[in-house]
Amino acid sequence: MLKGTLRFYRPGVRAFQKGYGMIDMELVELSRWQFALTALYHFLFVPLTLGLSVLLAIMETVYVMTGRQVWRDMVKFWGLLFGINFALGVSTGITMEFQFGMNWAYYSHYVGDVFGAPLAIEGLMAFFLEATLVGLFFFGWDRMSKVGHWAATCFMAIGTNLSALWILVANGWMQNPVGSEFNIDTMRMEVTDFAAVIFNPVAQAKFVHTVSAGYVMGSVFVLAISAFYLLNRRHRGFARRSMTVACSFGLASALSVVVLGDESGYALTDNQKMKLAALEAMWETHDAPAPLTLVGFPDRENHETRFALEVPWALGLISTRSLDGEVIGILPLVEHAEERIRSGQIAIAAMDEVRADPQNQAARDRFEAHKQDMGYGFLLKRYMTDVSQATEADIEKAAFDTVPNVAVMFWSFRVMAGIGFYFIALFATGFVLSTLRKHDTRWFLRIALFSLPLPWLAAELGWILAEYGRQPWLIEGTLPTFLGVSALKASQVWMTIAGFTALYGTLVVVEVMLMVRQIRKGPYERKPVSDLLPGDDTVAPLPAE
Amino acid sequence: MEIPFSYETLRVMWWALMGIILIGFAITDGFDMGVAGLLPFVAKTDAERRVAINTIGPVWEGNQVWLILGGGAIFAAWPLVYATAFSALYLAMFVILASLILRPVGFKYRSKREDKRWRAFWDWALFTGGFVPVLLFGVAVGNVLQGLPFRLDADMRVHWEGFFFGLLNPFALLCGLLSVSMLFLHGAAWLGLKVEAGPLRERARTYGQVFAILSLILFAIGGVWASRLGYVAVTPDIAGPSNPLMTSAEAVPGGWFANYGRYPWMALAPILGFVGAAIAFVGLRVRSDALAFTGSKMSAVGIIATVGVSMFPFIIPSSIDPSSSLTAWNASSSHLTLFIMLVVTVVLLPIVLAYTAWAFKVMWGRVGEDDIHQPGAY
Repeated sequence: MLKGTLRFYRPGVRAFQKGYGMIDMELVELSRWQFALTALYHFLFVPLTLGLSVLLAIMETVYVMTGRQVWRDMVKFWGLLFGINFALGVSTGITMEFQFGMNWAYYSHYVGDVFGAPLAIEGLMAFFLEATLVGLFFFGWDRMSKVGHWAATCFMAIGTNLSALWILVANGWMQNPVGSEFNIDTMRMEVTDFAAVIFNPVAQAKFVHTVSAGYVMGSVFVLAISAFYLLNRRHRGFARRSMTVACSFGLASALSVVVLGDESGYALTDNQKMKLAALEAMWETHDAPAPLTLVGFPDRENHETRFALEVPWALGLISTRSLDGEVIGILPLVEHAEERIRSGQIAIAAMDEVRADPQNQAARDRFEAHKQDMGYGFLLKRYMTDVSQATEADIEKAAFDTVPNVAVMFWSFRVMAGIGFYFIALFATGFVLSTLRKHDTRWFLRIALFSLPLPWLAAELGWILAEYGRQPWLIEGTLPTFLGVSALKASQVWMTIAGFTALYGTLVVVEVMLMVRQIRKGPYERKPVSDLLPGDDTVAPLPAE
Repeated sequence: MEIPFSYETLRVMWWALMGIILIGFAITDGFDMGVAGLLPFVAKTDAERRVAINTIGPVWEGNQVWLILGGGAIFAAWPLVYATAFSALYLAMFVILASLILRPVGFKYRSKREDKRWRAFWDWALFTGGFVPVLLFGVAVGNVLQGLPFRLDADMRVHWEGFFFGLLNPFALLCGLLSVSMLFLHGAAWLGLKVEAGPLRERARTYGQVFAILSLILFAIGGVWASRLGYVAVTPDIAGPSNPLMTSAEAVPGGWFANYGRYPWMALAPILGFVGAAIAFVGLRVRSDALAFTGSKMSAVGIIATVGVSMFPFIIPSSIDPSSSLTAWNASSSHLTLFIMLVVTVVLLPIVLAYTAWAFKVMWGRVGEDDIHQPGAY
């Protein structure tokens, strides 16, 4: 075994070959920015597609059942807005499909055996269905029967939701890598139990939470634009019905997004526990049931949260669903990480011995015994190439790397959850007003209109919690983020960041402009008979352009 | 659970399935890109351009999923190929993605405003989204045929030692132009089939004939040139672990023709490439649109299959370290993953083909200037 780097002898082919040395941290930072920007941008469009597709299916169902023209008009108009949004969702999704290979090549090799499968299945099972039927949704109105078109819309919505399922199966595995094992012959993670990957509890929780969030976004979108029409006394019959649908569906979804929050998976792995402790800024383990900190100022230097306002018992009850379940604090988790790093050092040393001499059974056994901690050993590679040389101070530093940015987690969670609760109140109020046929309550309409940006804020913060909170891991406990990058030059990543930013920036401006135009134009050129309400004039003026 | 197929059988099956998926992409999304690329040449007026766009309007979105599926399937079945190809061709991939991004928005947004400059802008965007990816996909294949300058280190990290403009070498550009000819021919044949009689259809047929002849010529030159290229696997371990570091290969001029000696039936692929283009030419000439479209499809299948069977078992040879070369034997997923993905594909792909065929049937028929005023039309 040579000192310094991982070295590997291939009999008869090549002499010693150098493994990776230190990773260029600038490259890592840039690659992370690149991924975060493109993913956050993609996620501006995806939840709205999710929500609107289901709302369209609901509206068309009412149309097919009642045969009333206004419901068809609703499907068509909201469908137009859906289409403008869908185009950008698809465009930005193309980037996502190839980005793992472009910027995260080592990650792709290391986990492709597991992670690639749900992505491929997503294409086959979901995206094909969604994309094929979206063509019929827009172009098939006069070429299909009423029921035929309705079926196309419903399957389009099903495809959209299945798409989210498979993407979140892939993402859930990054958070909780079940059903897989490291194979020393191929130097990567391989599937051992695919059912475990699919039925991963973290993935399931994420799926419910994410699609519900999408439904909320779709409902807020429909509600806010309907409120805009009602405030301007335009398209009132159309807007009232849209508001009723949005409030009913939105209320159910908002309850689901909060009650079936993502937290149910937070007891499962060390990283998930760390995420929970970080977003609650809980430095030490508290006697069960733990209190919930409403607000406070997390202080990373001194390991405390200042000016904390606490609700006794609440956190223990919410996150463990019991009175005696413990919520482990950040510092005990760091100590635990130190142990795992030491075990990981043994695994890495044993792996090198096996690679130098595949017949070395003793080393193989040692590797098997410690391989579940190998990822923790890799954390040291941020500071040195030969992890067996790590000092106590190095191990301590690497262990503290497992703590995500507490302040960002803490505040992101509070804003996101606050918006979630706000939506329950908003939709409940709207639901009551719709039921009482008081659609024209102006203060409510104003609030509804100004709530329009909030679901995007909440969704992006949710993504930050899940992915930024997973740091320093790409795959929880298995592969640190900094090891996953492609061997690129920082300048190349700069180029694509600049390129995507310029392109995406332009497109978002165009999209918003087209949306606003379409909304201003409204569903009708002239008010048709089907949109009349008692008391309305029979001939309405043309809407102002 | 006992896996009913051996590892090497599954590896060959996935090699074939990947070919089917890439061919699926070429013959479906291929005509979308062809139409977009031909737009400034065959469609002169705004109405003509809208007619051309609306021939693909209802189907291009589904067609594009073949590309997404291709990305996902390579990731799942050949993780090292996914990692190597896209990180090595980093900037080229960026250019391809940026052009592809323009397409969905171009189709959707172009007709949203009457403004002439607006529409002219999106016409350029659509042309870019059709021409650039088709050219660069061909250039990429041309480079792969020559071998990419990459090596794997002991940890299987991919190191690329080439540079972007090195990709634009003469042989690769030839392959790029062949790719453009092949899919522009396909796009022209599609327009012949889908638009009503008029100047647009006539121009499409004329351009189609030019691209059919170009396809024949470029494919022939490419074949002669490729006879001087090639790699041979020295120690293939067809059922061994997926680790290129355990196998070796070397560059052997003429290597790409070795398979035809061993398996003469493989010559069907290049024959199909030539015959298809010839049939397409005749079809366009005698105004038999169905014949022309059949020919352009056959030609695309034949040309892509030729690349595949010539290189088998290689997927991405390395020009600077042939032993790092990725093959169907040393770069696949695990035995279990290949099997699971095979089952999933065998169940789902026929369903996909069934509803895709149904969608094409619903939208069947020629598109004329009346259709562009329908609500929902692009």
